[in-house]
Amino acid sequence: MANLATNFIGIRSPNPFWLASAPPTDKEYNVRRAYEAGWGGVVWKTLGSEGPPVVNVNGPRYGVIYGADRRVMGINNIELITDRPLEVNLREIKSVKRDYPDRALIISLMVPCDEDSWKSILARIEDTGADGVELNFGCPHGMAERGMGSAVGQVPEYIEMVTRWVKTHSRMPCIVKLTPNISDIRKPAEAAKRGGADAVSLINTINSITSVDLDDFAPEPKIDGKGTHGGYCGPAVKPIALNMVAEIARSPETRGLPISGIGGVTTWRDAAEFMALGAGSVQVCTAAMTYGFKIVEEMITGLSAYMDRKGFTSVDQLVGRAVPNVTDWQFLNLNYVTKARIDQDLCISCGRCFAACEDTSHQAIAINPGRVFTVKDEECVACNLCVDVCPVQDCITMVELPKGTMDPRTGIVVGDYANWTTHPNNPMARAAE
Amino acid sequence: MNSPQTPGVVPHRLNGGRIAANFSDAQLPFDQHEARVAADRCYFCYDAPCIAACPTEIDIPLFIRQILAGNPEVAAKTIWDANIFGGACARVCPTEQLCEGSCVREVAEGKPVEIGRLQRYATDAGMATNTHPYARAPSTGRRIAVVGAGPAGLSCAHRLAMHGHDVVVFDRRLKPGGLNEYGIAAYKVPHDFAQAEVDWLLRIGGIELRMGVELGRDMSIDQLRQDFDAVFLGIGLQGVNALRAPGEDKGEVRDAVEFIAGLRQAQDKGAIPIGRSVVVIGGGMTAIDAAVQSKALGAENVTIVYRRDQSQMSASGYEQDHAKHVGVRIVHEAAPVEIRGNGVAHEVQFAYTETTPEGLRISDNGFRLEADQVFKAIGQTLGVLPDGMSAMGGKIDPTSLPAGVWVGGDCAPGGQDLTVTAAAQGRDAAEAIHAALMGRN
Repeated sequence: MANLATNFIGIRSPNPFWLASAPPTDKEYNVRRAYEAGWGGVVWKTLGSEGPPVVNVNGPRYGVIYGADRRVMGINNIELITDRPLEVNLREIKSVKRDYPDRALIISLMVPCDEDSWKSILARIEDTGADGVELNFGCPHGMAERGMGSAVGQVPEYIEMVTRWVKTHSRMPCIVKLTPNISDIRKPAEAAKRGGADAVSLINTINSITSVDLDDFAPEPKIDGKGTHGGYCGPAVKPIALNMVAEIARSPETRGLPISGIGGVTTWRDAAEFMALGAGSVQVCTAAMTYGFKIVEEMITGLSAYMDRKGFTSVDQLVGRAVPNVTDWQFLNLNYVTKARIDQDLCISCGRCFAACEDTSHQAIAINPGRVFTVKDEECVACNLCVDVCPVQDCITMVELPKGTMDPRTGIVVGDYANWTTHPNNPMARAAE
Repeated sequence: MNSPQTPGVVPHRLNGGRIAANFSDAQLPFDQHEARVAADRCYFCYDAPCIAACPTEIDIPLFIRQILAGNPEVAAKTIWDANIFGGACARVCPTEQLCEGSCVREVAEGKPVEIGRLQRYATDAGMATNTHPYARAPSTGRRIAVVGAGPAGLSCAHRLAMHGHDVVVFDRRLKPGGLNEYGIAAYKVPHDFAQAEVDWLLRIGGIELRMGVELGRDMSIDQLRQDFDAVFLGIGLQGVNALRAPGEDKGEVRDAVEFIAGLRQAQDKGAIPIGRSVVVIGGGMTAIDAAVQSKALGAENVTIVYRRDQSQMSASGYEQDHAKHVGVRIVHEAAPVEIRGNGVAHEVQFAYTETTPEGLRISDNGFRLEADQVFKAIGQTLGVLPDGMSAMGGKIDPTSLPAGVWVGGDCAPGGQDLTVTAAAQGRDAAEAIHAALMGRN
């Protein structure tokens, strides 16, 4: 069994699976049980300033998107930061960390945007024994209206300023949690790095309305007939998160900045994908909220089995391994030509490939007598939609045309690597040297 | 109180609770969640094979998608647009030979989308709205006679009424519904579903029922042709084949269809006498229905004997499995050669058969089965034909029809003696009649 031990900015955990700052990490009872279940780390639910804690709504805090079998595809929430007194949280953090010294314990923080507030809370948490802090610049609902959360995370200058305060007033490792509710994720990441952040974590939740009640005409979740946007998370947001992680991992300005990956991690495979795109640890919330703490067992055994298959002995061999293969569109090889091939033995003649191609793509699939579907190479642009909609795995595959053969669609012989930057149709093309 | 072991042909072999359970829904309807999960399995195939496999060509992928999207009553309308007997067909269609048999997931995994049960879910939801979803076109002033209030006749009548024609439906029985009311096993259509469906269908208006009226006895084709603008014949198959074996005339040797009809009409099913040992001869749905219901009444030994091999049985595999599951024994490749008994049946002598290039051959070897009752389920026949018409291949020859007369259902060629083909032919005849009367093709 592969060793999953993780060292993320000096914070050690027996595996890279951390529970994200959220309801599952709200209190000692939960966190102890999470550690017992096998979670490598926990980011304690966001603490606020001393004084009367925030209050939550007393109606639904969550909205949901279901698959047909009520499979949870995505959840949004309008819950705020911890609504328990600061002293209680600090006492519990200290107690838990003392009993679980081998597990990562990071404290999420969100206080008003002034240096004294940050200096004051950092002083309070220094002696809990926690391994680090995560600055919550991400929550898109509620707290943002009060100038915190994503209201900070959407202004790179604020991120840099607050991060610098934290690094000035604390020796603890500092992770900056980023909001995806921006136009270019690299800018806040760069700001965090300039401020001295040891790492970034992303993504926080996405602004969302999960559904609309068509009888009451109100958005869900609905509180006394009204609703507000909440933060969306779960499997549905994973593709967005993967891209944002990759953007930071490959950007020259932020390359090498450690990343804790968050966003729809549900199985070992999701985690491995985040790690391959540069995440040194992953954080999980929706999967735990859907299935309970036990799901970490699948993640641990699954990632371990995968690493064994690959011959990886350390997670470091996986982290970032796919980053070199993330590139700009302009560098994709335009002389890589493939054609769809339908395996007639596997085909069940549903015709979804035909409907998709005929109605919405390139009219490159023929329907023959007996519901036999075949690809017209002279029309196929290799868009992959037929593969995507085919219900049978591996029934339709993309076969590469070898170099030197002619593409019957274009009449052009497949040549060596060439991309848009030198393409004759590109007005900006640079002449090949 | 009798038991399954009580000798002879007696009622009340099982207590009332057992009888009620045996005649309740054989297959429970889907609840909302089950329906959505089942609907989600549909691939929404292009030019879906299931549509082509349905004699009424219901747009199955569309109605399933309407269920998935939370609109079962809209799905019901999609079904009824093609087949006004969608509710009955959901219960009695041999789906494994039709829509589900051609489902691509049957091909892929041996587990088709459960189209029949989804259709029942949708049509039940549609009927539960207690509204009729069709309105009549303005009156055409044309009157049409429909003979036979079965699926073919009523399907035809409904479509004609929709087009604004006035329809009079005649039937020799006392209740409408035809085989849906008299010919289908009680456990397949509990809660008086067949009558509820007919009542719902008639709510379109413009359809008058005249029950207890028999063609040939109370009226003639010529008279109907004079009195109406068009005539549709959906008279079904009224005769039954004979065994042509010695002893067929003994007591307790009965037609299975009559037994099934009696059960359907019985208020107290437990009061129906049933043999301790029952032998059913035949290989179709009627044989299965008679055998399963004999078992449901408490017969100890029930055996279906079919003269050809299993692959030739017209009963669906699902029906055969269901019969075996309730304890019916099915014997293949044996034919009855004599029914013995002193006045009433006591045993049946069978001979094994062999399939040869010249046809079925009766061998010298055989066996005897004890039988207090023998049910013949070896096929139905046209019976006496209306004046001037001739038969071809056991069906009314359409070329022998006088002008202004259409035909459909089990008495007509081109079907498989199924409710669904009757519904299709009735509907199509209505469209043909409408086109002919209104001067369109």
